[in-house]
Amino acid sequence: MSAQKKKNEFIYFSSRNPKLLAGVSIILLFLILGLIGPSLTDHDPFAYANPLGAQPPSSGYWFGTTFFGQDVFSQLVNGLRATFLVGAIGGGLGTLLGMLIGFTAGYRGGVVDEILNALTNIVLVIPTLAVLLIIAAYLEVRSIFTECLFIGLTAWPWAARAIRAQTFSLRTRDFVDLARMSGMRPLKIIFTEIAPNMMSYLLLVFILQFGGAILTAATLDFIGLGPTNAISLGMMMQYSVMWGALQLGTWWWFIPPGLAITIIVGALYSMNVGLDEVFNPKLREM
Amino acid sequence: MGLQVENLTIYYQTLSGDVRALENATFSLEGGEIMGLAGESGCGKTTLGHSLIFLAPPMKYVGGRVLLDGEELPIQDMEKMNEFRFRDISIIPQYAMNALNPIRKIGRMTEELLQAKKVDFKAVLPELKRRLDLVKLPHDVLDLYPIELSGGMKQRMVMVVSTLLDPSLLIADEITSALDVASQKAVAEMLVEFRDQDCCKSAIVITHDISILYQIADSIMIMYAGQVAEKASTRTIIHSPRHPYTKLLISSLPEIGVKYSERQLTGIPGKPPLLLDPPPGCRFRDRCPIAFDKCLEVPPFVEIEKGHFVACWKEAGNA
Amino acid sequence: MLKLDKVTKIYRVGTFGGKELHAVSEVSFEVRDREVVSLIGESGSGKSTIGKMILHLVSISDGSILLDDLDVAALKGEALKEYYRKVQGVFQDPFSSYNPIFKADRIFQTIHDEFYPDVSAGEWSAKVERTLKDVGLNPEHVLDKFPHQLSGGQLQRFLIARALLLDIKFLVADEIISMLDASTRIDVLNLLAGLKELGLSILFITHDLSLANYISERAVILYRGCVAEMGATEKIFTNPRHPYTQMLIASVPRLDRKWEAQASVESKCAPTGYASGCVYYDRCPLAFGKCKRRPIPLEIEPGHFVACWKAAEPPV
Ligand SMILES: Nc1ncnc2c1ncn2[C@@H]1O[C@H](COP(=O)(O)OP(=O)(O)O)[C@@H](O)[C@H]1O
Ligand SMILES: Nc1ncnc2c1ncn2[C@@H]1O[C@H](COP(=O)(O)OP(=O)(O)O)[C@@H](O)[C@H]1O
Ligand code: SF4
Ligand SMILES: [Mg+2]
Ligand SMILES: [Mg+2]
Repeated sequence: MSAQKKKNEFIYFSSRNPKLLAGVSIILLFLILGLIGPSLTDHDPFAYANPLGAQPPSSGYWFGTTFFGQDVFSQLVNGLRATFLVGAIGGGLGTLLGMLIGFTAGYRGGVVDEILNALTNIVLVIPTLAVLLIIAAYLEVRSIFTECLFIGLTAWPWAARAIRAQTFSLRTRDFVDLARMSGMRPLKIIFTEIAPNMMSYLLLVFILQFGGAILTAATLDFIGLGPTNAISLGMMMQYSVMWGALQLGTWWWFIPPGLAITIIVGALYSMNVGLDEVFNPKLREM
Repeated sequence: MGLQVENLTIYYQTLSGDVRALENATFSLEGGEIMGLAGESGCGKTTLGHSLIFLAPPMKYVGGRVLLDGEELPIQDMEKMNEFRFRDISIIPQYAMNALNPIRKIGRMTEELLQAKKVDFKAVLPELKRRLDLVKLPHDVLDLYPIELSGGMKQRMVMVVSTLLDPSLLIADEITSALDVASQKAVAEMLVEFRDQDCCKSAIVITHDISILYQIADSIMIMYAGQVAEKASTRTIIHSPRHPYTKLLISSLPEIGVKYSERQLTGIPGKPPLLLDPPPGCRFRDRCPIAFDKCLEVPPFVEIEKGHFVACWKEAGNA
Repeated sequence: MLKLDKVTKIYRVGTFGGKELHAVSEVSFEVRDREVVSLIGESGSGKSTIGKMILHLVSISDGSILLDDLDVAALKGEALKEYYRKVQGVFQDPFSSYNPIFKADRIFQTIHDEFYPDVSAGEWSAKVERTLKDVGLNPEHVLDKFPHQLSGGQLQRFLIARALLLDIKFLVADEIISMLDASTRIDVLNLLAGLKELGLSILFITHDLSLANYISERAVILYRGCVAEMGATEKIFTNPRHPYTQMLIASVPRLDRKWEAQASVESKCAPTGYASGCVYYDRCPLAFGKCKRRPIPLEIEPGHFVACWKAAEPPV
């Protein structure tokens, strides 16, 4: 099938897939909120703005204030930025590493494949969280970027596996042999012949890595290993629990970040299922 | 008796519109007849075979009727056809032999298949064994996995299973295409043997390889771009075809013994029309060396001699 | 010109590559200048593996392939690229030979980029058009199209044109017409036969004996990775001496003659493990004691080799 026809079909089925549409709209909504949210409020996320401490939502503080009188809305929209940053950079790094290892193993095969496969398996069985805990505990100042780096460096194995399997099956297609007989170098073959055929697949991998990174970051933040110099949704939850929001009944402190994470990750998975249906004719509902 | 097909029209529903894969097919098959169905790939052979037994979307029934041994088949009703499938009409689908589940033993697979058709496996086992003898397969194939069988053996096993209930009509879709010449011969000859032994009364053998049909078929029907072009006895089709497409097709076959250096064969220039929006009239028109203005209308499929049907305006007057 | 000497290919299969599969065993033959040689065998007999070893797409386990004294196995980098200027291949499945998401004529662009970067774009497209006409295509009809918009025959001609853009000396044609229809098949076959006049040598891989006979001067019959018989096509077809060749020729469906009633012989077991005997042993109606050793190709008449103990014996 041609790219032309494929594109049309892609648009046709995408625009009729409720799961994909719902997922994309929700993500866009949150992204916009994260982008323009901070300019909608004058309150600094860290400033002890409300001298009254924890107060429920009001016209001055749309989502209420924390135990310390910080504006929850301001924290939330700034936290969203952090969340998307982690998703994009951490998930992106995981995808890139997965591609590098997956393509190499799948294209080269043989011994190279076996070595990379072993490496993948090792990283896969290492208890990621434990390692992250140890490393994170050593660093005094942690930025969002260090967090992204941790996540990216540990999340690639299953992406590598999936990409390797796809590369393996594409490599045996005659057009790859034809490219070899044109004197093209392996790297060029991978990027000009194999990868373009897997675009849809790589997109799915990236979305899953994106969601995974957000969840891992939230977990890290929640147990107190998040960035020391920024605010994130996970950290909001950590503080709220640490300062007894549950016991005090200040629900406006922990519900917004918790709900935001759940909805974002849920929307990403919905997008993933939707895209899968769009790309895979067998799953399409006619 | 046998099979009568009248004006059968089948389309495929797609996003871009209907693919008119079978248009107004009319032909009949006597009891005991092995009919070969040949034509270029994409001309609707599989569509015809499938529509008689398994008319499922995206395939769409548009018109026509089918009678088997005098009784009308409810081909457009998947449910009602269940009663006829396998018992009265059976099919060996294209690529069936590659579709065998590799991790199921042949015997187990057969048993499951029969159970699905509510047939008692124990009761038919003796007959199954007799049939295995007939196709020269040892009884212990039932304990083997499909990968342990060669292509020819698998294909014969598929034949045995699909004809176990003595259907009136067997449709065999490209069963020899993936085999080497020796296995092709064995499988093709088996098919004739099956008919002779009444394992099936008549058969439609779909293939693009006319020289195999010459070996085993009683009659041959040629299709072109979703339309039936010609049907006649095997002898007639090979030695005195009347439709220009059949003539060109037969003359383009490289026979053994012909060498490029001595005599160059020629192909048929052009290519078949797309069935999404086929041209009106005879669909062979733009490739036909003898086309004339009349060919803008669909030629009727007329009997020009006993048992020899042609859909060509040049021949229509001879009816 | 191209010479295969005891070429062997062993694939490691099974879990941990524990089992060996002898896809090709000690195959020797040569293809001379301006000669079409057919490589005939049933599916799985190792034809494509031989083709791909010649094209340096699959490594050689043992033996050697020489192109005018150049050791093909040792080629790397620039030398390999130079080799591909002279040796090219066309494969069975025209659709799999194109990257489905790009236009079909991208294969010409690749040749331009990789081999002729100095040729100007205008000059190149003129050359492409000329070559397309040479292979019987109308450039206007076939350029700027996606693979699915072209027929199998057109795609195969495209691939032949691609090879011709390189001024090749040797072409491996691996079942290039088996997926084409009878009506277009013969045109592609004629085109191939015509190339010989341009000074090309061709290894024509097929499982169809009548096609091999139509186009080639010499034929090599392969059975389970071993050469069963080889020689002038005439001799093989009129005087087949290996029982496998004899059976093949008797089984070919022909339009001028019905099959003989003789029962066809089929293998009794799946093609695995042939320790040391003749690979045809389990199917052979003539097999006798000596056949437990592997027969070596013997020249029974000038240029006609047969690997069969029975055929090597003087007729009684
Ligand atoms: N599932 C499908 N959807 C749309 N078109 C189809 C489908 N299957 C087959 N066709 C079209 O119907 C025509 C006849 O196909 P088929 O019966 O498979 O031909 P044959 O068996 O003679 O090669 C072809 O033009 C093919 O493209
Ligand atoms: N990459 C591979 N790994 C393992 N076995 C292979 C591979 N490629 C081919 N084979 C095996 O080698 C044998 C010869 O294959 P091939 O050369 O493709 O035969 P042909 O082209 O004659 O059909 C077959 O048994 C096949 O299964
Ligand atoms: S060597 Fe023996 S087994 Fe092999 S083909 Fe000749 S007679 Fe048959
Ligand atoms: Mg078909
Ligand atoms: Mg092959």
